[in-house]
Amino acid sequence: MSTPSITATPGVAAGRAIPRVAVVWTGLIVLSLVVAVLSIGTGEYPIAPVDVIRTLLGEGTQANAFIVETLRLPRVVCALLVGGALGLAGAVFQTLTRNPLGSPDVIGFTWGAAAFAVLQIAVLGGGAFAVSGSAIVGGVVTALAVYGLALGGTGVHNGARMILIGIGVSSLLAAVTTFIVARADLGAAQAARIWLTGSLNGRGWEFAVPLLVSLAILIPALVLLSRSLRMLELGDDAATGLGVRIPLVRPLLILVAVAMSGVATAAAGPIPFVALAAPQLARRLTRATGPGLIAAGLMGALLLSASDLLAQRLLPSTGLPVGVMTGALGGAYLIWLLHHEWRHQR
Amino acid sequence: MTTRLQGTHLELAYDRRIVSEDLSIAIPDGSFTVIVGPNACGKSTALRALARMLKPRQGSVLLDGQAISSRPAKEVARKLGLLPQSSVVPDGITVRDLVGRGRFPHQGLLRQWSASDESAVQLALESAHVEELADRFVDELSGGQRQRVWLAMVLAQETELLLLDEPTTYLDISHQVEVLDLCADLHEHHGRTLVAVLHDLNQAARYATHLIAMKDGRIVAEGNPADIVDAALIQEVYGLECLVIPDPLTGTPLVVPHARRTR
Repeated sequence: MSTPSITATPGVAAGRAIPRVAVVWTGLIVLSLVVAVLSIGTGEYPIAPVDVIRTLLGEGTQANAFIVETLRLPRVVCALLVGGALGLAGAVFQTLTRNPLGSPDVIGFTWGAAAFAVLQIAVLGGGAFAVSGSAIVGGVVTALAVYGLALGGTGVHNGARMILIGIGVSSLLAAVTTFIVARADLGAAQAARIWLTGSLNGRGWEFAVPLLVSLAILIPALVLLSRSLRMLELGDDAATGLGVRIPLVRPLLILVAVAMSGVATAAAGPIPFVALAAPQLARRLTRATGPGLIAAGLMGALLLSASDLLAQRLLPSTGLPVGVMTGALGGAYLIWLLHHEWRHQR
Repeated sequence: MTTRLQGTHLELAYDRRIVSEDLSIAIPDGSFTVIVGPNACGKSTALRALARMLKPRQGSVLLDGQAISSRPAKEVARKLGLLPQSSVVPDGITVRDLVGRGRFPHQGLLRQWSASDESAVQLALESAHVEELADRFVDELSGGQRQRVWLAMVLAQETELLLLDEPTTYLDISHQVEVLDLCADLHEHHGRTLVAVLHDLNQAARYATHLIAMKDGRIVAEGNPADIVDAALIQEVYGLECLVIPDPLTGTPLVVPHARRTR
């Protein structure tokens, strides 16, 4: 970290080419594509990578075309988009709260989405789309509550307060969720528990298309806000001095990030740790300053699609939910991160 | 006296605590204005209002004759730069990168980094004497160097007005002088109007061309330090008995407090 002056400058300010960041982006994209191809080839009826590519290019057999395009491609698309959305949302929140723990799953939005979704599954008995809608509403409502409580009438934004309040709200919502599941009948409780683990099993185009559409709106919105987000890193006072309209920009950024984690949760359930880990891992690879949105999004896509591939390969017959895998990987990562930072500080 | 920046009949408050009830303050063009006063007299609050960081409950802040709150934020940021009391240094940022962020108000979605940004950053690095630090990481610099880097960031903004909120706090005396000399330099050679909040009366008297003394949220006296700083003013503003003598080096007023106990 503290290598003296001779190191190459991350030349964002200087407007030069940024080799390292570009290399990381390219690497993440290539790896994600490899994982996607392997993933599409995985299942009860394995398809060789060459045939997967041939089929995707429209030159495969009819049987392969059905398996690839109807059954497996949408799942992979979901994994990439959900992972990307979580990575972006995590990067936005970590920058806004100026804290590596400031991700939507820690702050409680994911739990808000989960509580509403479980309520829909176990009590109201709605279908897949009703569950998705409830998850988005739950995420947004929780975000508003946490943001409002964190402002606490003072009108002063404080990242640490937002995280602490978010953790409190999370445990409250987790309790409510557990209560609903405990009271529900067996079938609904089973469905709710599967949803709560976070899974990509059986995700078809009916999940992938809404995701594509919402991200097609949310990502450009984030691009418009990203330069202001970079300035917010310097503190509220400095950002205001530079001409960032914080009272407008910050709520908009929160809204976009909440919507991103909301649509992701709606499609795959509350997937743990991707939003937390992706921006941090990406930052360590790029060694660049700034929110690092692009790298975080790509890293999220790779993390989730790779976790899903691993989950399918390791225990093929069980349909192991991807959330179990990201939970295990993410927990290990968090321990490593804390250990590393503590050692670094001394 | 002409003024581009002024606040008229400001009522300034945090939550329920009213700091100033009816404050009118004008910054003379081309001056190095320093605001002094005891703790909690409202000097930083006044500066925050001028810098549009604090919205006045009553009255308005005018920049070039227009209400500052009615103008687009970036347009204001191209005229008025601010060095806040507390800023956050992003992890692993280099000096050049941080100074480059000062170009934000000059950029837009379609107008990204350009040659004029590059030259503004270079000039800012030179003016703040941090050019040789350009490729260093900000978090490995000393307090005085860091403050000069932040100043360079504000300079890269290329504003004619600069507001500095306690720029010397937390610095040892040699770094305080270093930063103030740089401010004086910016004022004299680059024709900028500076407004700073300072704690040290003697430094204020030495560097200011226009001194504003505040107490309880209002202005007690203002003008050239040599004209207004005397024992009576210090008694009134700080409740401190003192002797005011000419500074042996600069001739500006030097405040020597009476001690209750002498050795």
